[in-house]
Amino acid sequence: MSWAVSLRLLAAEDLLSVWGLVLLLVSAWAPAKGRAITWAAVGVLFAAIALVWPNVSTGLSGADASAFYAQLSVDAFASYAKVLIYGAAAVSLMVAPAFFERNGGYRAEYPVLMLFAALGMGLMVSATDMMTLYIGLEMNSLAAYVMAAMLRTDGRSAEAGLKYFVLGALASGILLFGMSLTYGFTGGTGFGAIAKALAAGTSLSMGATFGIVFMMAGLAFKISAVPFHMWTPDVYEGAPTPVTTFFATAPKVAAMGLTMRVCLMAFGGQVAAWQQIVMFASIASIVVGALGAIGQGNIKRLMAYSSINNVGFILVGLAAATTDGSAAMLTYLAIYVVMSLCGFVVVLSLRDADGKSVESIADLAGLSRTKPGLAAALATVMFSLAGIPPLFGFWGKFVVFQAAVAAGLLPLAVIGIAASVIGAFYYLKVVKVMYFDEPADKVTGEVGSLNAVLLIVTGLFISPLGYLLTGWLGALARGAAVALTKAV
Amino acid sequence: MIGIEHYVAVSSILFVLGVLGIFLNRKNIIIILMAIELILLAVSLNMVAFSHYLHDLVGQIFSMFILTVAAGESAVGLAILVIYFRGRGTIAVDDVNQMKG
Repeated sequence: MSWAVSLRLLAAEDLLSVWGLVLLLVSAWAPAKGRAITWAAVGVLFAAIALVWPNVSTGLSGADASAFYAQLSVDAFASYAKVLIYGAAAVSLMVAPAFFERNGGYRAEYPVLMLFAALGMGLMVSATDMMTLYIGLEMNSLAAYVMAAMLRTDGRSAEAGLKYFVLGALASGILLFGMSLTYGFTGGTGFGAIAKALAAGTSLSMGATFGIVFMMAGLAFKISAVPFHMWTPDVYEGAPTPVTTFFATAPKVAAMGLTMRVCLMAFGGQVAAWQQIVMFASIASIVVGALGAIGQGNIKRLMAYSSINNVGFILVGLAAATTDGSAAMLTYLAIYVVMSLCGFVVVLSLRDADGKSVESIADLAGLSRTKPGLAAALATVMFSLAGIPPLFGFWGKFVVFQAAVAAGLLPLAVIGIAASVIGAFYYLKVVKVMYFDEPADKVTGEVGSLNAVLLIVTGLFISPLGYLLTGWLGALARGAAVALTKAV
Repeated sequence: MIGIEHYVAVSSILFVLGVLGIFLNRKNIIIILMAIELILLAVSLNMVAFSHYLHDLVGQIFSMFILTVAAGESAVGLAILVIYFRGRGTIAVDDVNQMKG
């Protein structure tokens, strides 16, 4: 395969890297043009979506999708994840300038960092070799550490950046140590070579088992699954809200895509070695996410525990280790991303009369009077996250549990559903505060037309109208899941 | 004769020392950066040793990538640390507790 063919397959990533470098130069020479650079970056991200979209709808897979000597694969699976990643990155970039301008100035480097993070995530989901996996992961992480600490005068932002950096670097170290052991005991870094060495029926050496366990631990850090979730609430609370919006959506999809490819492709022949780890992480994440959120008073912290909880539900699909399970995970991820975006746009719109952000849940009392639209949107998100039927969030949970039951994991499904009832408690508490508590009438600031448009679009998707899309979304997710299992 | 198992043992010890350095150290964040570096070097050592053992160059190329990324990682980490120090005036690990819950 020639370089030209490989470069053409990776057209979206070429575009992102070239425009990232161009905009970096522009931002160095014209640091005051932050808004213009932001919209240029949003345009580049949408162009990247347009470039990867054909691969999703045609279900590209196997050798046709393989680029740079099987280092990367742009199959339907990677492209499906990329559409979600670039879309989420574009939305969290759009809402950023207004927030930063209210809180001590917008910097033109922010959109550039976002483009490089998006590029890194694109490589993560495309990676079919441990080397490209590592480069993509670090490319995303290094940009993300800086973004978390972007509000340089805010002590909480710097602390979030620091915590994210230390724990992220530790996670990369654990993942790398696992990769070195896997390389040593299978003799290759490519997922194809590893899959061949660990084919079904072969006995697993001690070293390779350690490699798998270390890699799973490193990946659990990146998707913030229990027991490696402790950084999530602090980072989500401390990071600037647009950055939290980004952390809760795009990197989750990327890390989850990476985990799926590693588990199902590289270690696909040794399901027994990782299935129990995934089942444990899944149940523990659902329970810890639900219980941890109960006492929280900050809405961003609450959303952090909610994301831990949701990761648990997504992992239920991985524990099934079937094509159905992967398709269910991909469907859930799409719904989860839109739910989170909607939720965080509401959080971004919560402002008092002076334009300062309101983050405390107690201050939301009486929101239904001062801002009925925002209250309705947040209530929709909360009901949807809780998985209450007419809303679209229910569909994600339904397909995931259906896949788990079909794979014979009935106990896992039962525990998961029982724990989701605990989760419903704190979601409904937010609704209760907004609608029934003694009004505090704190939130009176303007919402802004951009936020309003984003809220309507995402809100309609998670409303019962979303069910019109189930067939289409299901077919795309299935095509992507089939491509994942067919990959070389 | 020093074989592959000796290399793996040494790198495992270095890795564990690095992880312990992150969790046991309560004094200074700079020490955490050093511990991270130690972890990455342990992995590099592992990669090179396996590369020699397997007669396969990929491991050595991988270790070069690791070294490059480690340099970038330290640069970003130190930059964040400088911002943090400007705001707080301390880099003691026990003081990184503005957010809890």
